[in-house]
Amino acid sequence: MLNFLAKRLLSTLPVLFIVSLLVFLMLRLTPGDPAAVLAGDAASTEQIALIRTSLGLDRSIPEQYIIWAGHLLGGDLGQSYYYKTAVTTLIGQRLEPTVSLALITITLAVLIAVPLGVMAAWRFGGWLDKALMGFSVLGFSVPVFVSAYLLIWLVSLKLGILPVQGYKRIADGVGPWLYHLTLPAITLSLVYIALIARVTRASVLETLGEDYIRTARAKGLPEVNVLMRHALANAAVPIATVIGIGIALLIGGVVVTESVYAIPGLGRLTVDAVLARDFPTIQGVILLFSFIYVMVNLLVDLSYVFFDPRIRY
Amino acid sequence: MKLNRRLAAAAALSMLSIASLPALAQGTVLKVVPHSNLAVLDPIWTTAYMSRNHGYMIYDTLFGTDENGKIKPQMVDSFQISPDNRMYSFKLRKGLEFHDGKPVTGDDVIASLQRWGKRDAMGSALFQFVSRMDSPTPDTFRIFLGEACGFVIEALGKPGSSVPFIMPKKQAETDPFKQIEEHIGSGPYVFKRDEFKPGDKAVYTKFAKYVPRSEPPSGTTGGKHVYVDRVEWNLALRDPQAQVNALQKGEIDILEQLPFDHIATVKGDANIVVPKYANFGAQYMARFNHLHKPFDNPKVRQAAIAAFNQEAFLRAQVGVKEIYKPCGSMFMCGTPWGSTAGSDLQMKSNMKKAQDLLKASGYDGTPVVILKPTDLASISKLPDVAAQLLRQAGFKVDLQAMDWQTLVGRRAKKDAPDKGGWNMFLTAWTATDVWNPISNPAMDTRGEKSVWFGWATDDKMVELRNQFMRATDEATKKKLADQISTRAYEIGTHAVLGEYDQPMAIRKNISGIFISNSNLYWNIKKN
Repeated sequence: MLNFLAKRLLSTLPVLFIVSLLVFLMLRLTPGDPAAVLAGDAASTEQIALIRTSLGLDRSIPEQYIIWAGHLLGGDLGQSYYYKTAVTTLIGQRLEPTVSLALITITLAVLIAVPLGVMAAWRFGGWLDKALMGFSVLGFSVPVFVSAYLLIWLVSLKLGILPVQGYKRIADGVGPWLYHLTLPAITLSLVYIALIARVTRASVLETLGEDYIRTARAKGLPEVNVLMRHALANAAVPIATVIGIGIALLIGGVVVTESVYAIPGLGRLTVDAVLARDFPTIQGVILLFSFIYVMVNLLVDLSYVFFDPRIRY
Repeated sequence: MKLNRRLAAAAALSMLSIASLPALAQGTVLKVVPHSNLAVLDPIWTTAYMSRNHGYMIYDTLFGTDENGKIKPQMVDSFQISPDNRMYSFKLRKGLEFHDGKPVTGDDVIASLQRWGKRDAMGSALFQFVSRMDSPTPDTFRIFLGEACGFVIEALGKPGSSVPFIMPKKQAETDPFKQIEEHIGSGPYVFKRDEFKPGDKAVYTKFAKYVPRSEPPSGTTGGKHVYVDRVEWNLALRDPQAQVNALQKGEIDILEQLPFDHIATVKGDANIVVPKYANFGAQYMARFNHLHKPFDNPKVRQAAIAAFNQEAFLRAQVGVKEIYKPCGSMFMCGTPWGSTAGSDLQMKSNMKKAQDLLKASGYDGTPVVILKPTDLASISKLPDVAAQLLRQAGFKVDLQAMDWQTLVGRRAKKDAPDKGGWNMFLTAWTATDVWNPISNPAMDTRGEKSVWFGWATDDKMVELRNQFMRATDEATKKKLADQISTRAYEIGTHAVLGEYDQPMAIRKNISGIFISNSNLYWNIKKN
C-alpha cells in the first residue's frame, strides 16, 4: 500500500512538469500582450515596450521558462503581472470561495443523487425511474449559465429568497456563508446530480440482478438492508469513480458559476488572468488544478480498497 | 406536520437572511459596480480609466475641469501669471492634508508634476516648455517656462488619463516607470489597502479631514462633499445580466455602465433611475494604420472616411436613438474646442462619393485587415459595420475576430498586416480624452514617434499643434483648433464615428449625482 502511494505521488512530478511546460509554451504562443493590457488605452508603443522589459517578456521563451521553473522549485509561483501580487497570495485569497462552493456542491449532489439512483434502480421502469432519467437528460443538456439565470430569476428576483450574487467568508458567519452559496451550489450541482444518479442507478441495477441479492432477499432481509448493505455497497466502486471525476470536473464548472454569481474564487481568477494575459497567475492556477486532479484520482483509487476489500495495492 | 416543516424551512431561511444583513458598524455604505476591474493602483503608471477613477477617489488635483469643460482651481487657492506668460505662481488652499496627517506642500506638488510629466502625453508636452519649478514657501509653488505657452492651466486641470494627481513627495519620487507602493493622497476618500482584494473589491472610507471647496460640485471641480462613510467597488460582479439583476434586487446602489441592451429593462423598474451625469459622452473612432498599404495613402483614407456613415455605426452599436448623435467634430460637439471644420468629407458624403474617391486614389485591391474584438460588447459591432461600408465602397476587407486583449497587443505592432500587423481598429474614447487638440491621441502626427497606434505622419499638423500649444489667447486657440480639425480630415488621421452617452443606473434611494462627465463618488447621498 505504502509502496503504491509513494509510486503514485512520485508519478505526479512528471505530470506536473509536462503540464507546466505545455501551459507555459501555449501561453507564450497565444496572441496577446500583457504589457499592452497593463499600459491602458492611451499608452504609446514605447511605454508598452518598457513594461514588457520590466516584466521580463523581452527574454527568450526558454530563458523565461528556466527562470520561472527555478522559482517554482523554491515554491514561488511568481508575481501576477496584472495585480502585482504574489500568485500564492492570490490563490490563497481565492481558495476558500472555490473550495466552499465545490464542497457544498458535491455534498448536495451526493446526498441527493445516490438515494435517487438507488430508488430508481429499485423501482426500475416505474415513474420515479422515468422521472429521474428525464431529469438526467435535462441536467446534462442545460448549460450551467442557463440554469443559473433561470434560478436567479425565480429564487432571487421573483421570490426574493436568496441573493443574486456575492460571497461572504466563513469567518463572517456560517449563516451568511451558506446564504450566499446556496443558489450557486444548487445551480452547479444539477449536472452532478444527473451524472451521479444515472451511474448509481445503472450500477445498483446491475448488482440487483446478482445471486447474493436474491439470497439476501430469500433470507428475509428487509429491502432497505438489501439495497444499502448489499446492492449499494457492491455498486460503490463505479459510483466513487464518477464522484471523483465529478470533483475534477467541478473545476470547469466553477469558472462559469463564479462568473455568473460574482464569487471571487479561483474560477473567476482564472477568467481574469486569461483575459489579462496574466501568465504567472494562469500557470499557477493550472498547476494547482492539475495537482488537485491528480490527488483526487489517487484518493478515488485508494477508496476502492475501502469499498472492495478484494482490491489490494 | 407539513405546515411545521414549512415553518421550519422559512425560519431557517429567515435566519440566513438576517445573518446576511450588512454590519451596522460600517455606517452608510455605497455599493458600486464600476465599469471594469481595478488592477493597477498607480494612476500615473497606466492610462487605464479604472486607475484614473481610483485616483480621483484618493488624490486631489491642483485644478479641475467643470461640467462645461472650463478649468477651475481645486487645490489651488489663487494663482498669477506674469505679463510675459513665462512664470506661473500658485498658492495652495489652507487645510490641505494627506491621509497620513502631513500637510500638502509645494514640494509635494513639484515632485508629483515631475513624475506625471514623464508619463503623460500632455504632461510631457508641457515639460518641453518648463525650465524649472520651485516652492518659495510650503504653501506656494512656481512654474517657470523657457518659452511662453498657453496650456499650463489646461494641463494641470485635465480630467483625462493621466491626471496630474498630487501625491506626497516620497511617493512621487518613485521611478515613473515603476508603480508606487503606498497609496496616500489628500483626496476625499482614504484607500483601505488592507481590505483591497484584487478582482473582488476595493474599499474607500471618508477622509474626515478633507476640506471641500465652497462651490457646488461640477465636473472635477467644486466641493467634494462626502455623505457616505464607505464606498465599496464590487470588482467581482462583471457579468452584465448579473449586474442588472443585482441592481434590481437592491444588492448594489450604482451600476456605472448600464449595457445598452438593458436600458429598457431598468427603465421599467420603479426602483431604478438612469440619471444624467455627463454633458459630453463618448466618441467612437476608427483608426487607420498609416504605416502600411492601403492606408499609407491619404486618398484611400479619405475614401474610407467618406464611406463611414455615422448613423449606421450608431444605430448598430447603440441602437437607442435618444442617447446617440452623429457629429463631425474631432473634438466632440459642444466642447470648448469642438469644431466641425473639414467634416463635410464625411458628414455630407455618400457611398457614390466614397467609391469615386477610392477609384481616384489608385487603390490596388490590398485587403484591409480590420481587428474585431468579440468580447467587448460596447464596441464589438463597429467593425462589422466598417467592413460592410468599406466593401460597398470597393475595398477588399479581411475582418479578423479576436478577444480585446489580443487586439490590444496586436495594435501595438508596427509589422505589416500579413505579418501580424493591422490596417484598422475601432474604439471609443470619453470626451475628456479627445476634446483637446493636444491631448487627443489621434492628433499626434509625428510618425513612429507618435504617442498612439496608427503612427500618422504630417508635418503641417505637427506645426499647427505646436502653434496651438504656444497660443495664449482663446480666439487664436479656437482658430487653430478649427485648422487642426480641417487638417485632420484632409490627411485622414482617423474617422470619427459619432457620439453617445454611456448610461449609468442607480437605485432610487441614491441622490446627489451631478454632471461630472466621469464616474465620481462625492456629493452622493444614500437614503
